[in-house]
Amino acid sequence: MNPDVKYFLQLVLSGLTKGSIYALIALGYTMVYGIIKLINFAHGEIYMIGAFTALIIGGVLQITTELSPLVILGISLVAAVFYSAAYGVTLEKIAYKPLRNAPRLTALISAIGMSLILQNFVLLAQTSDFLPFRSMIPDFSFLIPGKSLLTTTQLVIMVTTFVVMLFLTLLIKFTRMGKAMRATAQDKVMAQLVGIDINRVITFTFVIGSATAAIGGVLIANHTGQINFYIGFLAGIKAFVAAVLGGIGSIPGAVLGSFVLGMTESLGAGYISSAYDNAFAFLILILILIFKPSGLLGRNEVEKV
Amino acid sequence: MLKVDNIHTYYGNIQALKGISLDVEQGEIITLIGANGAGKSTTLMSISGVETPRSGSIIFDGQDITHKSSHEIVSMGVCQVPEGRHIFPQLTITENLDMGAYLRNDKDEVKKDLEYVMDLFPILAKRRHQSGGTLSGGEQQMLAISRALMARPRLLLLDEPSLGLAPLIVQQIFEIITRVNQEQGTTIFLVEQNANMALKIAHRGYVLQNGMIVKTDKASALMEDQEVRDAYLGV
Repeated sequence: MNPDVKYFLQLVLSGLTKGSIYALIALGYTMVYGIIKLINFAHGEIYMIGAFTALIIGGVLQITTELSPLVILGISLVAAVFYSAAYGVTLEKIAYKPLRNAPRLTALISAIGMSLILQNFVLLAQTSDFLPFRSMIPDFSFLIPGKSLLTTTQLVIMVTTFVVMLFLTLLIKFTRMGKAMRATAQDKVMAQLVGIDINRVITFTFVIGSATAAIGGVLIANHTGQINFYIGFLAGIKAFVAAVLGGIGSIPGAVLGSFVLGMTESLGAGYISSAYDNAFAFLILILILIFKPSGLLGRNEVEKV
Repeated sequence: MLKVDNIHTYYGNIQALKGISLDVEQGEIITLIGANGAGKSTTLMSISGVETPRSGSIIFDGQDITHKSSHEIVSMGVCQVPEGRHIFPQLTITENLDMGAYLRNDKDEVKKDLEYVMDLFPILAKRRHQSGGTLSGGEQQMLAISRALMARPRLLLLDEPSLGLAPLIVQQIFEIITRVNQEQGTTIFLVEQNANMALKIAHRGYVLQNGMIVKTDKASALMEDQEVRDAYLGV
């Protein structure tokens, strides 16, 4: 294969991988925003906690048992999902629920505070160093390292993300809870008046958002091979950019924004300079805020009197 | 059926209701009239559990619902059509109506009710696949009332159904309200600025002023009352 073409395809695949991870995190941002109009800045921390849960559970299982790597991956994924969901729900109960009727800025400050608390909690409980994460994803034999364009973890990340998206779409379109979520996002007072238990919808939204972020955390840890307490911060900010890019509150928008961001970063780093890897995300944020503040798929909010 | 006893409701430090008491009997159409800002919507929101009164009590069917959450109150059969209609803009008409039946599990009966409201307002049947946001004001009001009926309410709270609508549409909507009361036996609690129309179809009425009930009587008597005529009927 022509090396230039190969290089390009590798960048595209790496962009799709990044985009998948961003999408898994951005979904939580956008769903929570849709329901309670809050940017949950502690959301990146939930993703980080997901990665740490997998590190601890997976590490223990790798040492003490003879289970196959895929089984260990499965167990640590489930553990991370449950543990992160519990964190997400607790976060909402103690930091956001009491501020439900307070000015929006108050809740936002509370969210930033929770983000700092969770980061520092993990810093104290673990260390500030990067901890090695032994990948639990065995190389597939049909993908030969160095020869194939795609690596095994990339493939696993993309497939998992696709499955999660599909599951979420079906959930929101067809289930009773999905209907309740859509109604609550569109009109909270009316949702109450048709008999929807708003508190249950909010809790459920945090469960789903945290669970997808945790899946993202476990996958990225397997991909990069190391984690520390700070990985959630940058990933969280970038996923937030992706959600704004797509139109915050819109689920397809968050997915689209994530892939656009992932691609831009990957291609920008590959063809312009890898030193500005992170700058591309913020450049995109500035451009979108100037030219299309409602985002790619967001609708302009018309305040009707 | 509904007994509101001396409720005080606040928004922050502003007192919106200063000791409201009223009662509604099964099968009645009751109207609450008053000027803008008198506390009419707050009264309904307090009954529906969206706002919680600081003191006083609200009893429905012998049960204290003052501190119950709104979804529990809906499940007891108290449904509200709020002011401004609150149609879910991105849901279709059918989906909006389905949302009205959110708490119900009796699919066959829900289907029957769907036919019933489509029969009350044939325009809804015609536009069933359109999204709620594309309807005109009058159609939205019809949809809002139908959506509430989909819950099979025993007590229907209506907040200013005539607001911003052409007189002909108002006429039609008030006819339907009377029809629902007679055909289904639904008790109706109607809040209106349009006192004239409201008193015409109601059995009894309350007059609300600055968060307090200042007068109550049979609707026909209120229509003859000089003060009410001067203040609300514009004659």
